[in-house]
Amino acid sequence: MSTVNEKITEKIRSEAQRLLSTGEVAAFIGYEAGSLPMSVRPFVARKQEDASRLVWNSFCVLNLANYLPALLKSFEPPRRPGDPPPEGPLPKVGILATGCWSRNIVVQIKENQVDRDRVVIVGVPSRGMVSARKVKEAVGERDIQTCIEEDHSLKICGEGFEQELNRWDVVRDNCKTCVHPDPVIYDILIGDPAGERQVQDRFAQVDEIEHKSLEERWNWFADSFSSCVRCYACRNACPLCYCPTCFVDDSRPQWVGKSTEQTDTMLFHILRAYHCAGRCTDCGSCESVCPVGIPMRLLTKKLNKDVLEMYGSEAGMSLDEPLPLTTYNPADPQGFVLTEKSEKGGDR
Amino acid sequence: MKALKLDRNAIGQWLSNMAGERDIYAPASDGPAKGTWTLLTDYSMPEIKPGVPARPVKNFLFPQPETLLKFSIVPTDPDCCLPSEPEENGRKNVVFGVRPCDARSIGLNALACKADTYYQANMDKNAIIGLTCSQVCSTCFCSETGGSPMGTEGCDVSLTEIDGRYIARAMTERGEELLALAESFGKEVTDSDFSAVEALEERARSGSDEIRNPEEQLRKKDLMELYNAPFWQELADRCINCGACTFLCPTCYCFDIQDETLHGKGRRIRCQDSCMFPLFTLHASGHNPRGQKIQRVRNRFMHKMKYFPDRFGPISCVGCGRCVRDCPVNIDIREVMRSLLNFHDMGSVTP
Repeated sequence: MSTVNEKITEKIRSEAQRLLSTGEVAAFIGYEAGSLPMSVRPFVARKQEDASRLVWNSFCVLNLANYLPALLKSFEPPRRPGDPPPEGPLPKVGILATGCWSRNIVVQIKENQVDRDRVVIVGVPSRGMVSARKVKEAVGERDIQTCIEEDHSLKICGEGFEQELNRWDVVRDNCKTCVHPDPVIYDILIGDPAGERQVQDRFAQVDEIEHKSLEERWNWFADSFSSCVRCYACRNACPLCYCPTCFVDDSRPQWVGKSTEQTDTMLFHILRAYHCAGRCTDCGSCESVCPVGIPMRLLTKKLNKDVLEMYGSEAGMSLDEPLPLTTYNPADPQGFVLTEKSEKGGDR
Repeated sequence: MKALKLDRNAIGQWLSNMAGERDIYAPASDGPAKGTWTLLTDYSMPEIKPGVPARPVKNFLFPQPETLLKFSIVPTDPDCCLPSEPEENGRKNVVFGVRPCDARSIGLNALACKADTYYQANMDKNAIIGLTCSQVCSTCFCSETGGSPMGTEGCDVSLTEIDGRYIARAMTERGEELLALAESFGKEVTDSDFSAVEALEERARSGSDEIRNPEEQLRKKDLMELYNAPFWQELADRCINCGACTFLCPTCYCFDIQDETLHGKGRRIRCQDSCMFPLFTLHASGHNPRGQKIQRVRNRFMHKMKYFPDRFGPISCVGCGRCVRDCPVNIDIREVMRSLLNFHDMGSVTP
C-alpha cells in the first residue's frame, strides 16, 4: 500500500469528517473504493459517518468538478428562469481538487456556474493519475484480478501472472505533460505543494499530428474516432459541460445526426472540442472514461495550444484574469480567419 | 447433431469455405478497431482473447444505423414522397467467436422483438458461431443470470477448445449446413472428446455462484417497493448519465427513428438509443417523465431486472460484465442486482 496515498486518504477523511460534523458543508464530493481493481467511484458524503469511506489513489481520474454545479443547485430551492436568487446563505459543498480540477472550478466560478462562497475546496497536489488502459496494455490485456499500488510501482496480478509496473510509466499522457500539478485555489491544502513542473515539449502529441499532411491528418481523425459509440461519456465526464440542453440533445432544431456514421461522429467530436476552447484544463477526464479508447483529448489539447500561443492564456489559472474567448482585444491575432488566399493551401 | 474436431488450420480452411457464401466477422484483436467486429479478409483462426470483446454482438441485429426505407422529397421526381425499400447487397454473415453471453442475448432480445420484422430478418441474415469460455474473467457473471460459460443458446455452431483443438457442435439446422463445409477435413469427435466437453459443462454447473435464477425472486417482489427503494439516490449521485452501459450492453435494445434528408433524397433510419439520455423520453409537449437523473438510472435497472422478467420471464441481462468493466464511475450491476434481491421494504411489512 502506498504510504503517500494512505496519508492523503487519512487527511481527506479527517477534513471531510470535520466539515460535515460541524455543518460547514452539507455534502462533500470525493472518491470511495470501487468494486474492481484500479477502480474508484465518485462519492457524495452527506453524513459525517460517510467520511470514513473516502479514499485517494492513482486511479482518481474523473474530474470531480464535474459534479459541482448540479450538486450546488440541488441544495437551492426550486425557481423558474427570471426568479430572483434565493435569500440568505445557502448550504455549502466540500470538494477535493487537484491542480486541473481546481482550475476547472475557477472556470466554473468565472462562468457563473459556481458561487465561490458556497464551496470549500480541499486541495490535493497531484502526482499524476494512472491510465487503467495503459496498465491493461502493459499486461497484454489479460484479466486483472488485483492491483496493489505502492509509492512508485503497481503490482498487477491475474490468473497465472504477476507483474510489477513502474507507476510513472503508466501515468496518463495529460498528467505527464502537466505543468500545474498544484491547486490554484483552495481553502485547505493537503500534502505539500509539488511546485510548477518543467516539461519539455508539453505539446509533443499535438505537434506530431500537426506535422502530418492534410490527408494524413484526415486519416488519423477518421481512424482514431471510428470506434465511437456516441455514448457521450467524454461530454458527461467534463466539468465544462453543464449546458441545460446540449447541442446533441436538441431536437428542434437537430444540429447533429444520431448515427455512428463518420459524419455524425466527427461533427460531434469537433463541436464538443470547440465548445471547450479556452476553457479546457487538459484534466484528461474525457479520455479516461471513454469505453473504447478514443484519443479525443488531443483535439482539446490542440485548442489549448492555440489559445496559449494566440492569447497567452491558460484556462482557470486565476480568478482575476478575463476569459480569453469572451474578451475582445483589437490586437487579437486574426491569422486563423479563412481568406481566399489561405483556403487552397490548407494553411494553418 | 453433427460434430467435428478441428485444429487451427482446419478452422482457417472452414472459414475460407464459408466465405464463398457469407461475409465473416470476428472481433479485431488490435489497432484502433480493437474489440469491434470486423470483416475477416485473412482466413486463419482469429486471435480471440478471454472474456468478451469491447462491442456486443447486437450490432449485427441492430445495425448502426439501420436504413428502414428511402424516399425523395424532390417534387419533380415521379416517386416523390413514396417510400422505397433500401438496397441490400444480399450477402449473409457469419459472426465468428461469439461468447455464450452474447449469443444468449440474441434470443432474449427476440422476446421483445417478436413483431420486429427487421430484427427477425437480421436473425435470419446472421449465423452465429459461438466459442465457449475456458476462463471466467473478474467481471463475468453469466451463471448468475441464467447463462453458462459453456452455454450454446443462440449459437448455430458452438466451438469448445480442448487441448488446442476445437470441438465444433452444430446446434441448429443452419449450423449443420455450415459445419458440412468442414466435413471433408474435420476429424471425428471421439467419446473421450464428448466426455471432456461434458466435464467442462459439469464444472460450469457446479460453480459457487451466490445467485441462481434471480428472475424468480425478482418477479415475486412488489414493483413499486423496488421503484421507491432508497439505494437509487446513491447510484444517481455518481452516475454521469452517459450511455456507455447501454451502448455496450448486448441486451439494451431501445432505439430512435430519424428521417434524414440530403439534397432532396431522404432515408428513415433507426439508431440505438439510451434511456440515460434526457432526449429519450422527451415528449413533444416539452414534458419529460424522466427528466431527472435518478429516474433515468433507475429505469435501466428496473427494465432489466423487473419490468422485463415480469413480462417475458428471464431478466434482461446476460452477465457479460461490459457495463461493469467500462462504467466511468464503477456502477456495478452485480451490486444493483443484489440490492434488488435483498431489498425488503420495512414499511410494508404487516405484523
